Amino acid sequence: MAMNRAWKKQVTSIPSGTQIQGKFKGNSYLIKRKIGEGAIGTVYLCQFGKQTAALKISEKQTSMTLEVNVLKALKQVRGNLLGPALLDVDDWLAPNRQTYTFYVMEYVHGESMQQFFRKNGASWLGLLMVQLLEDLEKLHKAGWVFGDLKTDNLLISQAPPKIRWIDVGGVTQIGRAIKEYTEFYDRGYWGLGSRRAEPSYDLFSVAIIFLEIFYPQRFARPETKRANLLFKKIDKVKALQPYAPVLKKAITGKYTTSAEMQRELKQIIFSRKNQSRSKTGKIGLSEAMWIFLFSILSILTSLCF
Amino acid sequence: MKKGTLRQILLLTDGCSNYGEDPAATAALAFEQGITVNVIGILDHDENEDSHGLEEVEDIALSGGGVSQLVYSEALSQTVQMVTKQAMNETLQGFVNQELKQILGKDQRLEDLEPEKRGEIIEVVEELGETTDLEVLILLDTSASMHHKLQMVKEALIDLSISLNARAGKNRFTIYSFPGKRKNIQKVLDWTPKLDSISSVFPKITSGGITPTGPALREAIYQFGKKGLLRSIRHGDEPGLEETGY
Repeated sequence: MAMNRAWKKQVTSIPSGTQIQGKFKGNSYLIKRKIGEGAIGTVYLCQFGKQTAALKISEKQTSMTLEVNVLKALKQVRGNLLGPALLDVDDWLAPNRQTYTFYVMEYVHGESMQQFFRKNGASWLGLLMVQLLEDLEKLHKAGWVFGDLKTDNLLISQAPPKIRWIDVGGVTQIGRAIKEYTEFYDRGYWGLGSRRAEPSYDLFSVAIIFLEIFYPQRFARPETKRANLLFKKIDKVKALQPYAPVLKKAITGKYTTSAEMQRELKQIIFSRKNQSRSKTGKIGLSEAMWIFLFSILSILTSLCF
Repeated sequence: MKKGTLRQILLLTDGCSNYGEDPAATAALAFEQGITVNVIGILDHDENEDSHGLEEVEDIALSGGGVSQLVYSEALSQTVQMVTKQAMNETLQGFVNQELKQILGKDQRLEDLEPEKRGEIIEVVEELGETTDLEVLILLDTSASMHHKLQMVKEALIDLSISLNARAGKNRFTIYSFPGKRKNIQKVLDWTPKLDSISSVFPKITSGGITPTGPALREAIYQFGKKGLLRSIRHGDEPGLEETGY
């Protein structure tokens, strides 16, 4: 792999204005700028015709092909756009005579979790957790686990706020070994479970994602009593208090399905809203309303398909 | 295709050998025997990736049919499991490619297929990687300069076992360190399916200035051979993937 270093440098810094043309299908994409970089490849904003899209390119043919497989499989999950829509797959013969694999997908506009919560406040926590769990339930039911679920792989698109998945490289068939993970969100790293793909693996990461919003610098893993440390970190955050019991159960792997966690979360949200409405009014009400609207919407979409 | 056992030697070192035969030649010998040699070069903070003396790392892996990676000790955990899995997939893909050649003709490679069509083949490789049995002999350089890196190595190996044991296939690990006392290598841990017990047995640093990487690799190959022999006597099963081309 050290051998690949020189090529890698080139594929991670394609100058804007470069035309990438597919070797097999011949479609051409104009590179605008780099928008992300991961273990597998580099993502660029690109243009074809009048359309803007995201283009991921890498010399790792096998990993790229697996990602494409996943994106194709997600398309078939009942009437839902779980990942970004896949538009094209091809190879590019670069000027350095190396062949790279690329795929083109829908460009998702949005802000990061951190940005969103800084701007909109913690009152959106419950709603976004419910949304994320809703999507995960669909994914799990289709036989997949997200795997590398982390803040970097999520965006919040606007009006109304909706969590979108932007990188599905870690998506793994249930029962297999998790394909890709990030230590901080990985229950194996924390000594709190295996790396076998099962719904509870994702639910652990969900808890960490919402904890991380309040600890952007993260924190170190202790040698012992690791669950205790995570519990303490949750307890210290006032905004997380209503959800603490649910988050703790997710961390210790008590939920076997996403729906189960979502149900308990909704119970907490609605009972809390009823109390807070009489006291403070506005914020709580609007959040409950969004969740109500969102629930109706998801019922409607599931009826349609 | 018959499912067999993949065999790997994982060499963890921080510098160049200075005693005995050329390790790259020995690695080629291992590859001949159907054993892949992966090498992880652990960098010091004052070194960079182009550091002189670590070229050997790449050479050994290249002739051992494996994967090499240079890394700072903090990133060791992810690297160790990435290298192991990547080498597994490459070996398996090699087998699949050979089968493909028989089906598609001599000059057809996976790269020549349209990306859309590669999907199914890659899926077969992925499935094999999930279910195939794996034996890893970890060969650990314990010369003096590794001193402050051993804690990270230990954590990385425990982590490797967590990752591989999430697969459906069986795993067996053994750990040897080098240089040994009056020997080229020293057994640290006998073949075992899990590595979470290594804390108590983890090797101490050996003093002395020699790094006999070549002779250590030769011993490692011999350890595989010995085990294969023992096993076939005990259980009468065939060792490895020989029939698919090695």
